[in-house]
Amino acid sequence: MIEGILIGLTTALTLQNILMVMLGCFFGTIIGMLPGLGPMTAIALMIPITYGFDPATGLILMAGVYYGAVFGGSTSSILLNAPGVPGTVATSFDGYPMAQQGKAGKALAIAAWSSFAGGTLSAIYLLFMAPSLSKVSLSFRSPDYFALMILGLTAIAAFSSKGQFLKAMMMVVLGLMLASVGQDSLSDITRFTFNNMNLTDGISFVLVVMATFAMSEALTIILKRNDPTSAAKQVSLTELGSIKINKEERTKMYKTIPRSSVIGFLIGVLPGAGATIASFLAYGMERNIVNDAEKEKFGKGSVNGLSAPETANNAACSGSFVPMLTLGIPGSGTTAVMLGALLGFGVQPGPRLYMTNPEIFWSIIMSMYIGMVILLILNLPLIPYIARILAVPKNYLIPLILFFSITGIYVMSFNNFDIYLMIGIAIVATFMRLYDFPMPPLILAFVLGGLMEENLRRSLLLSNGSWEFLWDRTLTACILLTTIIIVVWHLYKTMFKNNKI
Amino acid sequence: MNINTTKVISLLFFIFSAFYLYTAYQIQVFAFDENAPFNARTFPIYLGYAGLFFSGLKLILPDPNTIKVQHKTLEYKKTLILIVIAIIYGATILKVGYFLTTSLFLFSSYYFLGERRWVLMFLLSFPFVAAFMYLLHGVLDIYLRDPFLQSVGVMG
Repeated sequence: MIEGILIGLTTALTLQNILMVMLGCFFGTIIGMLPGLGPMTAIALMIPITYGFDPATGLILMAGVYYGAVFGGSTSSILLNAPGVPGTVATSFDGYPMAQQGKAGKALAIAAWSSFAGGTLSAIYLLFMAPSLSKVSLSFRSPDYFALMILGLTAIAAFSSKGQFLKAMMMVVLGLMLASVGQDSLSDITRFTFNNMNLTDGISFVLVVMATFAMSEALTIILKRNDPTSAAKQVSLTELGSIKINKEERTKMYKTIPRSSVIGFLIGVLPGAGATIASFLAYGMERNIVNDAEKEKFGKGSVNGLSAPETANNAACSGSFVPMLTLGIPGSGTTAVMLGALLGFGVQPGPRLYMTNPEIFWSIIMSMYIGMVILLILNLPLIPYIARILAVPKNYLIPLILFFSITGIYVMSFNNFDIYLMIGIAIVATFMRLYDFPMPPLILAFVLGGLMEENLRRSLLLSNGSWEFLWDRTLTACILLTTIIIVVWHLYKTMFKNNKI
Repeated sequence: MNINTTKVISLLFFIFSAFYLYTAYQIQVFAFDENAPFNARTFPIYLGYAGLFFSGLKLILPDPNTIKVQHKTLEYKKTLILIVIAIIYGATILKVGYFLTTSLFLFSSYYFLGERRWVLMFLLSFPFVAAFMYLLHGVLDIYLRDPFLQSVGVMG
């Protein structure tokens, strides 16, 4: 492991990679701050640029954008009560009331320190957990992988948004259907191309991500710009107050940060869960742990209430790298985008990644520490200036997002058809978003589609067409049982509890 | 009569899944692969049935908390204009070239979204695209096809 850490440090500490972390964090912070635009959009916009670099640098840049976006999301939550990313919704519960009391600077400082501590602690957990899990996952076989992918897709559908399980499952199926377009990987037989040569190689991953996230988000913002429920409240962005944290507040944070980082990291590791669930759980747990006097302050500007979700959401970001790096199965929509980009580089993440490409594996982990320091530097002294970006008019922002999306596809294919296809998918995605059809399950399914078919093919061929492979091995059976429990529980809620699903 | 749009989308998805399943059955496989445990049409067939299953469930199960979209507050006109501009941009980018089409796309988008600060609109279109082109083409070595700039002798 020491050797790996040194390899990681050597790669992460090159001038180019430090610059990439800085750029990624800066860009991510800005995108994360803008309400409606999340880390997936930020990373999607970055993909075409990363293809100009080697895989390690590209991934370091994307990782920087990822935790930068989560970090930056807290700023709009605190100042506007309009979370930039879903993972920072819980931050606004106490951050915004604190800002209303004239302590916006302090709230931002607490958020910055908590994010830094959460991110750093979870990077340490990742350092020790990832190699061990990689060794364990070497014993995984095709049926286990197939079952694990089913579990991941079911879990992301279950957790993607409250009460939308069936909608999310429909999006999972749609994502897998989109992934099946083009040549079959083994026989080269074309499927669903309708004799269109442009579809022979399948639909580009970048195209689907750009269409369903960057482009459709931009269209949704324009579509809803007059919607009174989505209008952000305007507060002064020039007078944020002091950023100093007193001793009593620090003492509270010392207790909150370690426990929230553990819960955030563990939730991040779970497939389908992520920063949003982690932050809500940490917030709920903190409210149950603190004394009655402190409990009364929750929702009115509590230090614990602000520190807990901020620590947890950053810890979850690092945690979500665990399944991607060790199993090759992304645990969240954002890491699914990163996995897709890695596959584009010709790198196959999985249990052998830390042996075949140690520089990628370790440099990502090492770059997280550097990223956290850079984020702290960005978010503390520069926050009064960066916060003014929130005032950027949407009249400029939206065309620029569309421009980056179309450019991303143009430089990859030089093909009009891809641009039309992207616009078409974006229109459908925008319409579906209006009716709460979640997009992350679609992306995860699209990325996993090929791998899933490959593992099912191997499993069925080895078992001579029998589906017994699903319960032949204890591990496969356990994973499958967990999936069945999730599905049955959500269907039960629909039929007997009259809940919306 | 109130139509539940989520149910309509589910019905459309059901029809789409049926069409997908029909097309999956039409996939031509090699003769020796016809009776193999797994061939090119196996996975799509399962997906077709999965699509029918989930959309069918969504159709028949109760949906008490239907999502209601306030269509009157939505900006359909500006969104449509932006989409049309994007399609025109996509249609002309290869023939005319990256610089001119992208700059015009940005400038017209700002205009149709209601912006009237002409200097800022210009700065965030033509010079901005030129700088971005330099970053992609000059620094990152990503090829950008531009017949217009080639015709005026700016690009080689």
